[in-house]
Amino acid sequence: MLEIRGLTANVGDKEILKGIDLTINAGEVHAIMGPNGSGKSTLAQVLAGHPAYEVTGGSVRFDGRDLLDLEPEERAHAGLFLAFQYPVEIPGVTNSYFLRAAYNEFRKARGLEEADPMDFLDLLEEKLKVVEWGPEIMGRAVNHGFSGGEKKRNEILQMAVLEPKLAILDETDSGLDIDALRIVANGVNRLRRPDNAFLLVTHYQRLLNYVVPDVVHVLAGGRIVKSGGKELALELEARGYEWVDEPAGVA
Amino acid sequence: MSTEVESLVQREYKYGFVTDIDADIAPKGLNEDIVRLISSKKGEPAWLLEWRLKAFRAWQKMEEPRWPNVRYEPVDYQAISYYAAPKTATPLGSLDEVDPKLLETYRKLGIPLDEQKLLAGVAVDAIFDSVSVGTTYRRQLAERGIIFCSFGEAVREHPGLVQAYLGSVVPASDNFFAALNSAVFSDGSFVYVPKGVTCPMELSTYFRINAQGTGQFERTLIVADEGATVSYLEGCTAPKRDENQLHAAVVELVALPGATIKYSTVQNWYAGDEEGKGGIYNFVTKRGKAFDRAKISWTQVETGSAITWKYPSVILQGDDAVGEFYSVAVVNGRQQADTGTKMIHIGRNTRSTVVSKGISAGRGQNSYRGLVKILPKADGARNYTQCDSMLIGNRCGAHTFPYIDVQNATGAVEHEASTSKIGEDQIFYLKSRGLSTENAISVIVNGFCKEVFKELPMEFAVEAQKLLGVSLEGSVG
Repeated sequence: MLEIRGLTANVGDKEILKGIDLTINAGEVHAIMGPNGSGKSTLAQVLAGHPAYEVTGGSVRFDGRDLLDLEPEERAHAGLFLAFQYPVEIPGVTNSYFLRAAYNEFRKARGLEEADPMDFLDLLEEKLKVVEWGPEIMGRAVNHGFSGGEKKRNEILQMAVLEPKLAILDETDSGLDIDALRIVANGVNRLRRPDNAFLLVTHYQRLLNYVVPDVVHVLAGGRIVKSGGKELALELEARGYEWVDEPAGVA
Repeated sequence: MSTEVESLVQREYKYGFVTDIDADIAPKGLNEDIVRLISSKKGEPAWLLEWRLKAFRAWQKMEEPRWPNVRYEPVDYQAISYYAAPKTATPLGSLDEVDPKLLETYRKLGIPLDEQKLLAGVAVDAIFDSVSVGTTYRRQLAERGIIFCSFGEAVREHPGLVQAYLGSVVPASDNFFAALNSAVFSDGSFVYVPKGVTCPMELSTYFRINAQGTGQFERTLIVADEGATVSYLEGCTAPKRDENQLHAAVVELVALPGATIKYSTVQNWYAGDEEGKGGIYNFVTKRGKAFDRAKISWTQVETGSAITWKYPSVILQGDDAVGEFYSVAVVNGRQQADTGTKMIHIGRNTRSTVVSKGISAGRGQNSYRGLVKILPKADGARNYTQCDSMLIGNRCGAHTFPYIDVQNATGAVEHEASTSKIGEDQIFYLKSRGLSTENAISVIVNGFCKEVFKELPMEFAVEAQKLLGVSLEGSVG
């Protein structure tokens, strides 16, 4: 589904990604862990197409297409979703209006008619269950005045509505209390299917107690320095990131 | 980002066509003879001619205001023709007699004057250059005693009402442009709603400048008698021309005790090209007087004009009177706007609300200028002002000039202001959810303007959202 080869990227003059290789297949959950400044969020933003990052080399294929060639909205239409580390506030625009606008853009991109507003409401009612929310959230402005936990839940709600093939969750677990963490993790588990995949970018092992990954990667200094099964996350938690920085630890 | 956004902020002005129609145009220039000519063309009574001449003499002694935060080449008032009318043989008896070319013009503008195809529930008075070309739904309104007609007709048919209220809110010598208008105004709309009557439909005037080398100087007078209620909307467009055309209108609202007047404007005069060539100079005086328990509410969506200078105001004359001002002003290209409101609290327990949303794009310069004045006898007066500015790109500007003058210790005035920039992050967030850059900007801007749009009559709220899209970039849906 996703094939990254030798990906390098800069912010300004500074090289952040120094050659990433990563393959994700349908049905898999991958976790990327690593210390601050290792390039985890940069990788997520580059994949989603943030204009502040400049790709300087390498290739990314997504479902057979050259991902780097696409605008951010085209990547979204192709089935790539980024749950933001810091979801953006859009004052004055209700969650329901925003979700319907996004949903209809997806339908248009597939050559379908816009959804009937009543049908969309029915769909929304189902999707709200994923994040254990009532309908009152839909009348609030997008992320405006939301708590940190509510913003992250709202990202999961958007993901549930847009049904991506590949969802990248950029530190969606950070700043969550244990209840919010459980809701977010349950949301992800409910959306897991054999034909989609997840890439979880995280600092901590605790999310991985709830969403069990197939593969864990350690990112350090702009490169993936170690990959392994779910035990790797536990080992990292116990021994710290310095352990993988030691040359002997590099796989 | 800025280049990407700014490339989207290119406009296409779809109302820029010219109607080829024979017009009766007065010679250029302004002197007492021209004032007399206009008055006689309109068959006016002597008192009105005197009123005009007095205004003209006052105007001659006045100077064009230089305090607004706008820059433009001086207007040559002798190079303008002050009267232009489509040639018709006789006064019109009904809309069926209107020149088909004029009907076609309004049809292109989306304003059908043909009663069978009317916008449901909206009565329209259409002003083409200097004269009213037709008013719809008059019979239905007349059944309730509501008068809705062109100003010229009101002078002929209801001289008492006109004489009683003309200049009662905006005196002939109020300011340079109001005095000019008072001397040369050609037509406009007149509304009278009798005691206790609620007008059953929206009243609307649609202004169109067509002829070259002319200005438009219309005058609107709305009187809501005790306990009456009326909602009124004006729309404006003009052809694309290289020259600047002057629009100096006066609107007077009189809300007698317990009356409510809601006045909404969707202004889309031609704004000039990207380099600032051409476009309308929109120098307008709008003011209402609210007596005891009366309410006047101004809502404006200003997207056109090269230069805008207007401050729809409310004199809160009576006790418990309410004044409101909701505004969205958009500047783009080389447009400049200096707009806001004045709330003058005279009566006790008077309340006013001001919500201003300024959007600046391209090289546009947008200024909010507002005065809240609480006079010594206005015990318990309250004002709330919220003034928000949004910047799109790096070459535009937003300015705020609030003036607060409180002369009564029981008065309470609140002022909130904010400035934001449409961020790369907001746009990226929406794009990553599948929206195009255009739609992303549209969603953000409409969210920003929401508090104002919800004040517009339903039919026009949709129109305004569309218009905002057009002004910002060609075709934001």
